[in-house]
Amino acid sequence: MSVALRILDDGAWLSVNDQRRVSVSELWRVNAPGFCECELVDFLAEGFTEVTAADNEVAIETYGQCIRCGVSGVPGHLPVGAIIQGRYRDYDRENVVLSPVGRADQP
Amino acid sequence: MPSDVEKWKSEVYGNEIREHLFRFAEEGWDSIPEDETDAWLERFKWWGLYHQRNGQESYFMMRIGTPNGVLEPGQTEVVAELAREYATGPASNPEFGEAYVDWTTRQSIQLHWLKLEDIPEIFAKMEAVGLSSQQACGDSWRNIVGNPMAGKAPEFVDALPVIQELNERFKGNEDHSNLPRKWKVSVTGSANGSGQGDINDMAFEPAYKEIAGEEVRGFNVRVGGGLSRNEPRLARSLDVFARPERVADVAGGISALFREYGDREDRYNARIKFLVDEWGTEKFRRILQEEFVDFELEPAGTDLREQYTYNAGGDKAGDLVGVHEQRDGNYFVGLNVLVGRMGASDTAELAQLADEYGSGEIRISQRQNVIITDVPEERLDDLLDEELLNQYSPDPHPFMRGSVACTGTEFCSLSIVETKNRQVRYARWLKENVELPESVEDFHIHLSGCTASCAQPQIADISLRGMKTRKNGEAVEALDIGLGGGLGENPQFAKWVGQRVPADEVPGAIKNLINTFADNRTDGESFREFIARHEEDELSEFIEPEETSYDDPMMHNTKLTWYPYAEEDSMDASPAPTDADGNPLEESTPADD
Repeated sequence: MSVALRILDDGAWLSVNDQRRVSVSELWRVNAPGFCECELVDFLAEGFTEVTAADNEVAIETYGQCIRCGVSGVPGHLPVGAIIQGRYRDYDRENVVLSPVGRADQP
Repeated sequence: MPSDVEKWKSEVYGNEIREHLFRFAEEGWDSIPEDETDAWLERFKWWGLYHQRNGQESYFMMRIGTPNGVLEPGQTEVVAELAREYATGPASNPEFGEAYVDWTTRQSIQLHWLKLEDIPEIFAKMEAVGLSSQQACGDSWRNIVGNPMAGKAPEFVDALPVIQELNERFKGNEDHSNLPRKWKVSVTGSANGSGQGDINDMAFEPAYKEIAGEEVRGFNVRVGGGLSRNEPRLARSLDVFARPERVADVAGGISALFREYGDREDRYNARIKFLVDEWGTEKFRRILQEEFVDFELEPAGTDLREQYTYNAGGDKAGDLVGVHEQRDGNYFVGLNVLVGRMGASDTAELAQLADEYGSGEIRISQRQNVIITDVPEERLDDLLDEELLNQYSPDPHPFMRGSVACTGTEFCSLSIVETKNRQVRYARWLKENVELPESVEDFHIHLSGCTASCAQPQIADISLRGMKTRKNGEAVEALDIGLGGGLGENPQFAKWVGQRVPADEVPGAIKNLINTFADNRTDGESFREFIARHEEDELSEFIEPEETSYDDPMMHNTKLTWYPYAEEDSMDASPAPTDADGNPLEESTPADD
C-alpha cells in the first residue's frame, strides 16, 4: 500500500495521504552536534522543503532556528513519524529527541 | 521532476476549476475524494479560496481581487453583506467580533470562515456587482496594485486605464493562467512611488523619454522584486521603456517568459526573482526581446525616483490617510483601519457614507486602509463629523496609522505567531505610553507572522517577524526585530538586529529604542537616517527588551490551538470539519488512530 507524502502551502505542513500531519512552528529537541554549539538543538521548525521515506521512517528537510543560540539553517532530514503496515504513525515529537537522518548541513 | 502541484496543475487548472468547485459545493465538503483533497484544495486557490489552517478544516478564506484597490459604487455594501452572512465561524475574535473584512497589503479583500457549500451563492452575489476572486491566489496574475488614487490624484502618467487593460487581458487568459508561481504586478503613474513597485515581480514605474523630438510619458520596467522566505529582493531595472499602449504587450512577454523559463521543479526557487538572480537583467532582456515580443524594446527612459516620497523616510506621511484634493476639485478622505480589519457592520456603514458623501466608490491602500473618494468640498465637514470616523480616523495617532499586520496564526498555516490582535494591543499601548519625537508623524511598525512577509516587514521603520523563544523555561511566542527599512529613491530593507524577543517585551523594547532615538537624533534627523548611521551592534544595544504594563494574552503556542481565542482552544476541541450548517462532521479516521 503506497503512502502519499507531500510538503504543501509554501512548506507549511506535511501531508500524509491527503491529511495534514506536521505543521511548522512546532518545537523539537534535535541531536545535531554540527548544527550549533548547544547540547541539544532547541529547534523551531520554520519551513519544510522536502520529505523522504527510508526504512519506513518519514523525515522532513526542515529550515529553522535553535531558539537558545539563534543559529539558523537545515539540520538535515528530521524524522517525524513512521509508516507501519502501510499506516503513518506520528512520533511523539514533543517528548523525544530527533536525530537527523542523512546529510547534516552546516548552518 | 515536476512537483505534485505542477502535476495537478497540468491536469486541471485555471477557469475549468470552477465547474469542479461548484460540483463539490453542491455535494458538500465530504464529497471531495479523500485521496484528492490536497489536489483540489491547491486548485481552489486559483479561484481565490484558501483552505484555513490545521484545526479549521472545511473552512476557507476567500480573497477578492480589486484591481488597484478600486471598489466601484455598490461593491462595498456587497462585501459587507458577504461578511455578515457567510464569514462567521464557530468562534469569535475578542477584538473584532464575529464577522469582519480584512483589507490587505495588496489592495485586496479577505473574508474568513467561508463554507464550500456557500461558494456558488457567494460568487453569484459578487459577480452581480462585478467583483471576483478569480486568480486572487494560486500560480497566476494576482491582484494588480498601484497608487490607490490612480485616476483621481495627481499623476505623471495615467495608470488606471493601463491597470484595467492588464486586468482584462490577463485574468482568465489561458496563456497566462498557469505560471510556475504567483505573479505580482504593480503599475504606478504618480510621481511619489506609492505603487511599491520595488517589491513586486514586475513593476511599471513612471518615466519619460524623448522620442522623435517629443517627450513621451510612459513606464520603466523592473522585474524580480519580492520579500518572501528570507530572500528579499528589490526589483531590478530591465532597461525597458513602455509607452502606455505598449504596457500590456511588454507585460505579456515577461509573463510568458516566466511561464516558459520559471522553475517548475522546485517551488522554493520558482519566483522570478531567482531567475533574475541567475540570468542577470541583460540576459533577461535579451531573451525577452528574442523570444517573447515582436517589436523593438525601447531602452529605459528617465525615471522620477528622485521625487519618491512614499515611505521614503521623511517626516510626512505619504499614505493617503486624511483629506486630500483630487484633480477634479473634489476630495478624497483616507481612513485609518488598524491592522486592516473592519467589522461587517462598520463596512456596511462605510459603504453608506461613500454613497451619501461621495460617488459610492471606496479604494483600498497598500497600508490596509480605505479611502472615500469624490467628496465635494462643501460636504467634507459633515463627513468628518460622522461617528464611524471616530474609530477609523482620517487623522490617526502615528502608532495607529503605522500599524500593519498579516493574518497570523488565527487562520494561516505558515505563521509562527498571533499577529493582528497583538498588533492592535501594541499600537494601543504605544499610543498611551510612548512619545514620538517632535515632527515624527509617520512611523511604520509591521508585524508579520513568518518569513513569507505578507505584512511587508522589511520596508517598515520597525519590522517584527514571528519567532519563538524560552522564557522561564517555557516556550513562548517571540519576535525578531528589524530596523530602518523603507522605500523611496533609495529603498532599503530593515536590518534584523533583535532576535527572539518575547512578545510581551516588545513594546518595552520599542519604547526604549524610541527614547534612544529621541535623545540622540541630530536636528530634524528622521528615524531611518538615525538607523542608517549606526552599526548593527549599536542598534542591537538600542533594543532593550523589558516587561512593562503591556499584557499579552497570546504568549502560548497559538499555532497548537484550533483557534487562539476560543474558550476551549485545544486541537481536540475543534468542531472542524463541519457540514454546510457548521455541524461537526465525523472526520475520516487518520491512518494511525
